[in-house]
Amino acid sequence: MDILIEQFSERIRQARLTGESLRLQGGGSKGFYGEKFVGSLLEVANFSGVIDYEPSELVLSARCGTPLVEIEKLLAEHGQILGFEPPHFGETATLGGTVACGFSGPRRATAGSLRDHLLGVRIIDGQGQDLRFGGQVMKNVAGYDVSRLMVGALGTLGLLAELTLRVMPKPVHECTLSLELSAKAAIEKMNHLAGMPIPLSATCYVENCLYLRLSGLQREVDTHVFRLGGETILDADQFWNSIREQEHRFFRDAPFLWRFSVPSMACLDSFDEPGLIEWGGALRWSVADIPACKVRMAAERVGGHANLFRGKQPDVPLFHPQSSAIRAIQTRLKDQFDPDRVLNRFRMYSYF
Amino acid sequence: MVFPVLFHEFSYMPNLKQELIHQLGQVLETGSILSQAEAMSPFESDGLTAMKQLPLVVVLPSNEKEVCAVLRICHELSIPVVVRGAGTGLSGGALPVGEGVLLSMARFMRILDIDPLARVARVEPGVRNLSISQAAASHNLFYAPDPSSQIACTIGGNIAENSGGVHCLKYGLTVHNLLRLRIATMTGEMIEIGSEALDSPGYDLLALMTGSEGMLGVVTEATVRLLPKPESVCVVLAAFDDISCAAQAVGSIIASGILPAGLEMMDHLSIKAVEAFVHAGYPTVAAILLCELDGTKEAVEEQVLAVNAVFKRHQVKEVREAWDELSRHLFWAGRKAAFPAVGRLSPDYYCMDGTIPRRKLAFILESLQELSRTSGLQIANVFHAGDGNLHPLIMYDANCEGEQKLAESVGAQILELCLEAGGSITGEHGVGMEKINQMCSQFGRAELDLFLGVKLSFDPSGLLNPGKVIPTLHRCAEYGAMHVHSGQLLHGEMERF
Repeated sequence: MDILIEQFSERIRQARLTGESLRLQGGGSKGFYGEKFVGSLLEVANFSGVIDYEPSELVLSARCGTPLVEIEKLLAEHGQILGFEPPHFGETATLGGTVACGFSGPRRATAGSLRDHLLGVRIIDGQGQDLRFGGQVMKNVAGYDVSRLMVGALGTLGLLAELTLRVMPKPVHECTLSLELSAKAAIEKMNHLAGMPIPLSATCYVENCLYLRLSGLQREVDTHVFRLGGETILDADQFWNSIREQEHRFFRDAPFLWRFSVPSMACLDSFDEPGLIEWGGALRWSVADIPACKVRMAAERVGGHANLFRGKQPDVPLFHPQSSAIRAIQTRLKDQFDPDRVLNRFRMYSYF
Repeated sequence: MVFPVLFHEFSYMPNLKQELIHQLGQVLETGSILSQAEAMSPFESDGLTAMKQLPLVVVLPSNEKEVCAVLRICHELSIPVVVRGAGTGLSGGALPVGEGVLLSMARFMRILDIDPLARVARVEPGVRNLSISQAAASHNLFYAPDPSSQIACTIGGNIAENSGGVHCLKYGLTVHNLLRLRIATMTGEMIEIGSEALDSPGYDLLALMTGSEGMLGVVTEATVRLLPKPESVCVVLAAFDDISCAAQAVGSIIASGILPAGLEMMDHLSIKAVEAFVHAGYPTVAAILLCELDGTKEAVEEQVLAVNAVFKRHQVKEVREAWDELSRHLFWAGRKAAFPAVGRLSPDYYCMDGTIPRRKLAFILESLQELSRTSGLQIANVFHAGDGNLHPLIMYDANCEGEQKLAESVGAQILELCLEAGGSITGEHGVGMEKINQMCSQFGRAELDLFLGVKLSFDPSGLLNPGKVIPTLHRCAEYGAMHVHSGQLLHGEMERF
């Protein structure tokens, strides 16, 4: 397999010499996500397979091209899961692509995000250098946290060759409740419950209903299901799956999808309809046809940001614009990792 | 790649100090500038007291405006700046630079806001770690990272070191509990990183800032996440006649699907030391495990039964449970007193901090015994076993010729063993100056150069805490001889983990 690493390095070095840009691709399931796709295709899906998995360590290392389904199947055999419950957005989803996009699912608000679960990486940077950061251990403060820097960087800082993640025990029992509430009351309820010692593992508000998922041991889940009241959902897995994979009818056929990342109690008054709310109020999805500048102003006013997650609009950058100071630091980081702009050029921002 | 100026290369101009003091006097009150040796001496080292250095000047700004003004002056005059919190760090990260300014954030002591519904606290960097949890307690919330020095260490220092603590196995490190930072850059510009939302657009600069050991920016304000206090807590103490049984039990607990809030191990030597010191009532055995379980009442009850079963499978000699706060406190008292207790047994000791994958616990224990045998120095072992973080305490007498050197060399060998086992040279104490040589072993030149690149992305002048963490090419070349610096603990009486 290391021969592939050499080939990737060589390809990047060559591209650098000829001034070529490379477009990195794993399973191709997230082609909808990102600004521009320029340059020659460099496919990494064949760099695949779990390298190391020791259930008692709660740690798994795998190559970037390893399909997410393969990893989740292996973990399930040992009663474990990826704590951040990643969306796949397609059967071909790979681990590398998921880390590059930094996607986390419903469990994120309580179990932490993908970035929180990443322990180490092996990357090939824009100069074709084979580099390792972080490691296999939970506690590691040697040097800067370059591993986590890779999460959500859309492959613009390096080809993510190998990834080491922390995994979690799978909850023995889960139960989902639904309560009919207004959006405002639902947001308040989500925040209130998140401050209580109850085994809450996911929240979602859609179509006037608040959905609460409890996960843990049978007895504790039962106790809190009883205390919280509401209606028990029968096809809960299917429901959460539809939220995570954006297959729920809320998402269907919308020409664009805005993703608001905001403080959990934020009030986005300028929107007539509440949209779909996740992560205890911190993640809001909107399919409303509102001008981008209004969307971004509304997000900024409450101390958050808004990305155009799906769909394109003329002259609208997909990712929320950054302040000039932050932009300067990020550009300098790009300069360090990929000085000749070989990797996924313009995929994230027009300035790198 | 552009390389920054390194601190020993800063040229010293005779009237630079006067010029600096003059300019600082324009932006700070007289009482906020210390330039006499006696006044500056409390700042000459952090918790790693073996390394001492007086700075040119110590400044104690009171607000963001003053911090920015100081940084602008230093940037203009090309004077290095070292930032300091409470000075409890153990790796020399806050060791002053002789030709530089020591910037103390001690006056940034306010908790600005606690929002119980959104579960966030906005604090200044000089706020002590423990006082955040104390302030949040009335809302039944707490701030999870609890480094052993939590009564004294500040949140600013915690961010610099990415501090953990006993409970990070379940609740994560500082990086997992931080939402937003206000930062002054070396040029005196204020920037905000992160937000009260759960993520931010672009690269994850918050991850880079956490654990950056004061080399990227000066934190002037932090927003941290608060968690609900668990409904129920129980600490199980398990005594083993064979330390490798205890080590195996650690792996079995995790493998059984239980995630304890804390899982600690002490060996015979540390138990003996602790018993003589605080009389915690520990059984005198080869090893004990302290396993803290928290969560809902129902979950804790079941998990206590489950860990009891695991311990039995691994030939446990005795099990005790502490359900109320008083008995839990007694169980922990011994563990928390382990460092000073060992300090009473030996004139000097050197505390190491490395991590290994849990499955290598037995291997590392054997290797440590072997090291102790060959060096003739006793090594007491205190582990955050659950996350594979070792704190071997190497006991020596600095008055015996050559013993300090020997202890240093044993320490360096332990770190190399951690690397061999697939671990890291530092789990929570940071690299600072102490472990800068071992960085040459953990990383290759290309990785080290990229670290330098990261630093320059935030601080192109290279003036913030220069010379720390990232070794030069020259230093790595010299490291072959294994000359490692070591130190004694400041505040040896303080509880540490």
